[in-house]
Amino acid sequence: MAVSLRARGGPPRPAAKPHSGAARRPDRGAVQRGARLSPALRRRLTALAYVLPLLVYLAAFYLYPLYRNLDLSLRDYTVRSFVAGDAPFSGWANFRKVLDDPTFGPAMRHTMVFTFVSIAFQYVIGLALAVFFNRHFRLAPTLRALFLIPWLLPLIVSASTWSWMFNSESGVVNYFLHFLGVGPVGWLTSPDWALTSVIVANIWIGIPFNLVILYSGLQNIPAELYEAAALDGASAWQQFRRITFPLLRPVSAITLLLGLVYTLKVFDLIWIMTKGGPGDSSSTLATWSYQLGFGTLLPKFGPGAAVGNILILIALVFGLLYIRVQRRQEA
Amino acid sequence: MISTRRTLLAAVAAVGTLASLTACGGSSGSSGSSGSSGSTGGTYTFWDPYPQFDASSAWGRLVTSCGTKAGVKLKRTAYDTTDLGNKALLAAQQGNAPDVMLVDNPVVSTLVEAGILNKTSDLGLNTSSIQKNIIGAGTIDGASYGVPIGANTLALYYNKKILTAAGVDPASVKDWNSLTAALKKVKAAGKKGITFSAINTEEGSFQFLPWFWGAGGDLTKLDSDKGVAALTLWKQWVDAGYAPKDVLQNTQTTSWQEFATGDYAFSENGTWQLGNADKAGFDYGIINIPAQNGGSAPVPTGGEFVTVPVQKDTGRYTASKKIVTCLTSDANLLPTDTTLMYVAPTASVQAEQVKQNPKLKPWVDAVAAARGRTSGGLGTKYPTISQPMWTAVQAALSGGKSPKDALDAAQAAAGKG
Repeated sequence: MAVSLRARGGPPRPAAKPHSGAARRPDRGAVQRGARLSPALRRRLTALAYVLPLLVYLAAFYLYPLYRNLDLSLRDYTVRSFVAGDAPFSGWANFRKVLDDPTFGPAMRHTMVFTFVSIAFQYVIGLALAVFFNRHFRLAPTLRALFLIPWLLPLIVSASTWSWMFNSESGVVNYFLHFLGVGPVGWLTSPDWALTSVIVANIWIGIPFNLVILYSGLQNIPAELYEAAALDGASAWQQFRRITFPLLRPVSAITLLLGLVYTLKVFDLIWIMTKGGPGDSSSTLATWSYQLGFGTLLPKFGPGAAVGNILILIALVFGLLYIRVQRRQEA
Repeated sequence: MISTRRTLLAAVAAVGTLASLTACGGSSGSSGSSGSSGSTGGTYTFWDPYPQFDASSAWGRLVTSCGTKAGVKLKRTAYDTTDLGNKALLAAQQGNAPDVMLVDNPVVSTLVEAGILNKTSDLGLNTSSIQKNIIGAGTIDGASYGVPIGANTLALYYNKKILTAAGVDPASVKDWNSLTAALKKVKAAGKKGITFSAINTEEGSFQFLPWFWGAGGDLTKLDSDKGVAALTLWKQWVDAGYAPKDVLQNTQTTSWQEFATGDYAFSENGTWQLGNADKAGFDYGIINIPAQNGGSAPVPTGGEFVTVPVQKDTGRYTASKKIVTCLTSDANLLPTDTTLMYVAPTASVQAEQVKQNPKLKPWVDAVAAARGRTSGGLGTKYPTISQPMWTAVQAALSGGKSPKDALDAAQAAAGKG
């Protein structure tokens, strides 16, 4: 046990150095070297062998695609040079082109509105439901399971269903509005409503995620705290404000950050419901990137990749922000 | 000692696995051309955009038999039509493009631009019997890069019962004014006017083109008065309620479904709906799309081209040529175009088709008057025009911009490329 522990912890680096230096001597065959390996080096190699599959996986599925995307965005790709693989390096030209495009401003604004409004509602509703279901009444587990349905449905199903419900001619939403004496609304066909409609659908889809994580966070809050608070005569609201919310803060932070990253890159929902339209009134950076790369007969891989990279950058900024906030909390 | 050897073994195995993985990655690129340098034998690959037909369908069997006749085993893969162009580019980049590929006609110029298609003249294919305007979409700088398997285009379907009830004679619809007047009467009679597809994809541009060209518009000048007139016509219909708001989301299929409810008087749709029209359960008729001031508007051609992508092993072309010749022979075009509900690209097969099904006559006439979207030297400029154009249509119909402003913005975007 002690040996394996030391191996996992890794031996102190300086101790291993002279040996690794010896192994680097060029005239030594592999077999010879194997026979002469010191225990420390052996352990390092063992450790490396265990890590290797992970490194390979990370390189093949994360680093290489990221590198390719960066490469795509820094070169002047035409369909011809894409096939021939000889696209000239063009520096920041693709980024400049994308930033100058009249679509950029609206797409950026829509991305931000979409993300923050979605998250705000998802979090508040998710938290309210989590607190509600934490009261352990009869049927609570069943009802909670029902709330998970949006999460379980394939996105193509839920997005198509929302799209039908919001249809301006025959959608069920306008049908009910008609009963209330409200005229038909062009949910997906009016530039004033399209973004709102996709946000509503996205909130519905995101609630279960918030509910599940916040609910499990609530399980970790000791019941004695509530008992003590009740004895002290704290009202339900005070209990929530003084106990639940502060103790839930770390869980809330991770929920919000994950939600942020998920929501920033939402593509399928918007594409199925509006394709970013009408015009570009519901286009976000994600749909615009796809539109550039694959949405027309003549793909523009360079600018498409540039928009994708900007999106990654935004997600990264929020990720770093989260780490900083977390460090400060721990300190 | 034993443990050391085991560790090393594990490390070697891991590295070996990795190496074999990369080896696989490298070799898969050439698997398309492995195992045959001669002109006969081996497996040839074939891509088409008809996932609705499986191997047991008439089309699937025809593909297999054409391979057998050429002395090879033909492996067919069907992709979604919007996917096929990008799949082909990626495959060509990896060096494993299919031997024969059926692609949507506006994609041909993109693939030619990428340098991955062979000229039909280099392959020795005879295209002299093909109608000039149909093969035009695959002709770049005077050279053709594929053989059309068939053509389809757009016309106006109408619901006879609704027009009769509204007191509209379909023969009176000769220009835009008479069409708008007919829509007005239909609306007054409590029915719905017309459905079309103004979605923000290539389909939207395809459906807008008959009106754009019907006004005399020129794709290199989107914001001319003529272009504005065409967009104003559509906008006026949507604003007056002659056309539903959801045309903005309609694909040609959902637009057809609206017409099939029996509530709409007209639907702008394609040849391929004829089969569904017979099942719709009401009497329908077809008229050509009118131009602004009378006569038939030029309509865009749809339909696929059989192409032969460039291969490293040029010996493969002999069999590929046989396969293309087989697929596009008169004897095979007739059943193929009948299944696909396409109009054949040659006059002789068209005559046969009309003999079998007289209802195809207006479609044959429409195809004769049709243009390729990428014809007239536009080539790969077309996609950079089409995208701003459908965006402008969306902006105007949704009320975001006036037709003039929308097309001004579109022209500026198209000018940048």
